[in-house]
Amino acid sequence: MDFPILSLMHLFPLLAGLCYLFLPSDNKPLLRWGAFGITLIPFLFSFSLLKHFNSQNPGFQFVEKMPWIPAIRVEYFLGVDGLSLTMVFLTTLLVPLAVLASFSIEKNIKTYMFLFLLLETGTLGVFLALNFFHFFLFWEMGLIPMFFLIKIWGSEDRDAAAFKFFLYTLFGSVMMLLAFQVLFLATKTFDFTELVILSRSGLLKVSLLFWAKRVGLPFTPEVMTTIAFFLISVAFAIKVPIWPFHTWLPDAHTQAPTAGSMILAGLLLKMGVYGFLRISLPLFPDVVRTFAPFLAILALASILFGAFAAMAQTDLKRMIAYSSVNHMGYCMLGIFAVSASGGLEAKASALNGVLLQMFNHGITSAALFFMVGVLYDRAHTRDLSRFGGLRKIMPIFAGLMGISAFSSLGLPGLNGFVSEFLIFRGSFSLMTPLTLLATIGLLVTAIYLLSMLQLLFHGPLGEYASFSDVTGREIAVAAPLIFFMFFVGIHPSPLIELTNEAVVHLLKVFS
Amino acid sequence: MKWLIGHLWLIPFFPLVAAAVIAFMKKEKREAAPFFAIGAILVSFVLSCLLFLAFIGIQKTPYGHGLSVHLSHYLWFVTGTTPEIVSLILDPLTLTMLFVVTIVSSLVFIYSLGYMHEDPNIVRFFCFLSLFAASMLGLVISNHLLILFMCWELVGVSSYLLIGFWYEKPEAAAAAKKAFIVTRVGDIGFFIGLLLLYQKTGTLLLYGGSYPAIFSHETLDLLKINAVTLPLFGGVILTTILGVLLFFGAMGKSAQFPFHVWLPDAMEGPTPVSALIHAATMVAAGVFLVGRMFPLLEGSGAMPVIAWIGGITALFAATIAVAQFDIKRLLAYSTISQLGYMMMGLGLGGYVAGIFHLMTHAFFKALLFLGSGSVIHGCHGEQDMRHMGGLRKAMPVTFWTYLAGTLALAGIFPLSGFWSKDEILLEAYLHHRPLYWIGTSVAFLTAFYMFRQIFMVFFGSWRGHGQAHESPQTMLWPLRILAILAVFAGLIGTPFLFGNPFRHFLAPGHHAPDPSFFVMAVSTGVALFGIFVAYLLYGRKPLTGEDPLLSYLKGIFILLQRKYYMDELYQNTFVKGANGLARFFREVDELVIDGFLSRTGWATLVLSRFNQWCDNFFLNGGFDRACDGIKGSGGQLRRVQTGRAQDYLLIAAVGAVVLYFLSRIL
Repeated sequence: MDFPILSLMHLFPLLAGLCYLFLPSDNKPLLRWGAFGITLIPFLFSFSLLKHFNSQNPGFQFVEKMPWIPAIRVEYFLGVDGLSLTMVFLTTLLVPLAVLASFSIEKNIKTYMFLFLLLETGTLGVFLALNFFHFFLFWEMGLIPMFFLIKIWGSEDRDAAAFKFFLYTLFGSVMMLLAFQVLFLATKTFDFTELVILSRSGLLKVSLLFWAKRVGLPFTPEVMTTIAFFLISVAFAIKVPIWPFHTWLPDAHTQAPTAGSMILAGLLLKMGVYGFLRISLPLFPDVVRTFAPFLAILALASILFGAFAAMAQTDLKRMIAYSSVNHMGYCMLGIFAVSASGGLEAKASALNGVLLQMFNHGITSAALFFMVGVLYDRAHTRDLSRFGGLRKIMPIFAGLMGISAFSSLGLPGLNGFVSEFLIFRGSFSLMTPLTLLATIGLLVTAIYLLSMLQLLFHGPLGEYASFSDVTGREIAVAAPLIFFMFFVGIHPSPLIELTNEAVVHLLKVFS
Repeated sequence: MKWLIGHLWLIPFFPLVAAAVIAFMKKEKREAAPFFAIGAILVSFVLSCLLFLAFIGIQKTPYGHGLSVHLSHYLWFVTGTTPEIVSLILDPLTLTMLFVVTIVSSLVFIYSLGYMHEDPNIVRFFCFLSLFAASMLGLVISNHLLILFMCWELVGVSSYLLIGFWYEKPEAAAAAKKAFIVTRVGDIGFFIGLLLLYQKTGTLLLYGGSYPAIFSHETLDLLKINAVTLPLFGGVILTTILGVLLFFGAMGKSAQFPFHVWLPDAMEGPTPVSALIHAATMVAAGVFLVGRMFPLLEGSGAMPVIAWIGGITALFAATIAVAQFDIKRLLAYSTISQLGYMMMGLGLGGYVAGIFHLMTHAFFKALLFLGSGSVIHGCHGEQDMRHMGGLRKAMPVTFWTYLAGTLALAGIFPLSGFWSKDEILLEAYLHHRPLYWIGTSVAFLTAFYMFRQIFMVFFGSWRGHGQAHESPQTMLWPLRILAILAVFAGLIGTPFLFGNPFRHFLAPGHHAPDPSFFVMAVSTGVALFGIFVAYLLYGRKPLTGEDPLLSYLKGIFILLQRKYYMDELYQNTFVKGANGLARFFREVDELVIDGFLSRTGWATLVLSRFNQWCDNFFLNGGFDRACDGIKGSGGQLRRVQTGRAQDYLLIAAVGAVVLYFLSRIL
């Protein structure tokens, strides 16, 4: 086995975090910079990953595999491919920025930062794990720190929001756990790669049928796979979130601390889409294909209803939160369009677009939530109607927020456009009417984001006339995000290169 | 110089770099920013001239209709196995546009130096101006519809930034937003057109060289033969539906009816911006797009649509212009009307006529806008023509140049507007009589409202406050140069000197219709008549009280003045409708979905109460507290949140146990 780079990257925040707990609690600068320093290490690791990753190889790379709990055939099994690599990179990029954005936190810094380290290990675990046991462990591990981050450091209604978030996601988790228990009982494995092989050869259905017979369930294999698919996918659908499982999101975002929102929108939502790509699609291609039109309608509902609901918000953070529903809807539209029948090139376009959109939304939504946080730190309100004319006193901030908003509404030259174009280009020939309707979302997005800019920055200066412009630290958080908006918008090919082979490989299950 | 043809990207590159450099400049660098911006656009201008020489100098490689094009290809990215090749083009259309855009931009930039010299944000202004010019230059050299669309949207966003430049004014902020959103409605059509085009042809390259492309004979034939079935319309030939979809984009950008509403509001931007938007950049983009897509559109069912929309727009906007009092708004409606003219020309198959009018119009409309800016500057910000008058004495240079522009726009022989307008009318006369008469009545209205403006602004006696004064030389020199262009630029397109060299350059081998003296005589006649009527109403007896037209036309005048109530109509339909939908979906989330969840939550709570009762009954107190914890009603939870780690651990443990048993049971 080679140098265990994935394990190091994955477990470093957790192990370093345990040591971090022994730092003196009253030395605030040390606590802040210490946490920032710790999160930089995985970032460096992910650069090395990018450097040594062979983008021509569609399979898993940097694989680490060893027995863990032999009794239930659980292995410690890590690896990256084109589907996960961009997400790993995004994670290691966003966590340090979120930590840097949290320097204004004063309350109980040590616990706060520790939770972020835990969150990083959890998120990386989800993207790296190739065994369900491992995957689920860290799936849950992402949930708990976020619960406490909202609950302890959130805004006025944090208790209810944290609880709603927890219940929603826990519900999904239970369903997923159930389904995997069944899969395990039927196939005696938790290994994703083995499950995919079983699914491809048709053995998955056979073993499910045998299991059903054994326990006396009168179901056909088709019904069994359908049930398993929906049980697993409801967890992901809640995480994405797909309409109508999305109502935890606006509440959680509104109440979460700034950095929490950045991670929530930037990373945790991606875990849902990733789950679809890693588990639901390759394990149950037939079921997805059967239900693709229905699921795509839900995706369309996310796009349109999310956009319209965003337009009606008066709370700045809620508006951005709903824009996430809208943008993740494009991802889901792409995924379900790909599951329908159609040409391989169109599918490759849409699925590359989905992966790029995941990355782009991570960058852009993190930036937007950060900007909202910058404003909230100064005004202690999120009420849009109370701002106005801020561009006069905060010109740099207005520029940064303007770029992020335009990135979000899909302005060509910035990142969002490329991914949305790829998704639309692919989906158009796969699901024409739904894609046509989805373009309305592009328009509504422009309406509410421009209205937001107008309310915040234009017109005469409102009641907040003494705000200072962004500080150096705040620029340092925004600058890398802005950089990636331009970089991906102008030169997307390095990212698409990373994902393309894995996409083509994944599409083989549908051919 | 051949080297330059292979490096076309250099042309937008310089203004783009200038924009980027200026973006990082401090607000105090008031000298450096204009210097960079003007320098960069002048470099682009010089490069365009060199390109022109290079282009006519070297051996031509015929393509399509005997045109010569030069392409440079670049690989953008690969999805699946499909490479996305993007490409730049140099052909006569590109060259014409490069010339117009760089020359008008350069003059507007120089003019802005004078016009904006007191503005505290002049640095930002030149940053946006440079971005604007760069995106327009990128647009005209694109040979790939996606790249074209990107530049297209960048043009839109730069105009958004510039229209809203004085963002403290709520009207300016609203106008900027309106411009972006209305044009984006059209852009959605454009975007769908791109998707359909991509689906049917597998490429968005226009001219391909060795690559598959849209304008190759095979692809064009394929598009002309095949049809798609639409609900309500039945089978529609692809070129028709594609043409209409792409034209949607052009309607938005070029402010064609019914998307014209953003353009008059865009007057809230600084006047140099208006000049740029109306002459060389934003609105020209739509006409350019139709010109660029001409090989696809020619002969398709989209052409009558284009022609009729153009004709209706021309007449509609000209009538509104008659009843405006704001010096810039009047010009704005005049622009809409003239854009309609261009579209009408293109739609009737007059490719050269439409592009020719685009060029001459760019010169005289830039001149008129800059002239109106000079008037506004001289009148201390006054824009209402009722508070002007007699300015020809106070502002002689502005007056004479403005008069030149007005005569050109009115189509008086032998100024530039005469030749280009005449070509469009000739096309209409030959191919479509109803549109010809619409065009001719527009010519009458144009002459009338422009001279109404001349008489109100420059003749009679001063009705404003304070003392009007002439503008500084940085503003006057661009006016003089543009006046020369407005007067003489049309001569390259006359049939009487060297047999219309512009036509031979733009569309070699195209058969030119014979000039018709009837058309020329009629258009000159109606223009002179329009001037005469304007003189009767506004020149003979200078304006004192209310507009004389108001007393003749009454209700109609009000209707025109209020722009046929289109804004109110949109406000009450689309805007209110969208807001209503938005509120509806918010309510769905808050009442229906969350309502359902809270009911479910309530039921769970009842169950858990029952569970708690069981626990209390069967188990001892230690376990109780944990159950209270997961039960989760607010009060108990707050107790949990006191921060005792053992509570959390207990909850987690219990949760795991429950899950374990659940999974066992099921």
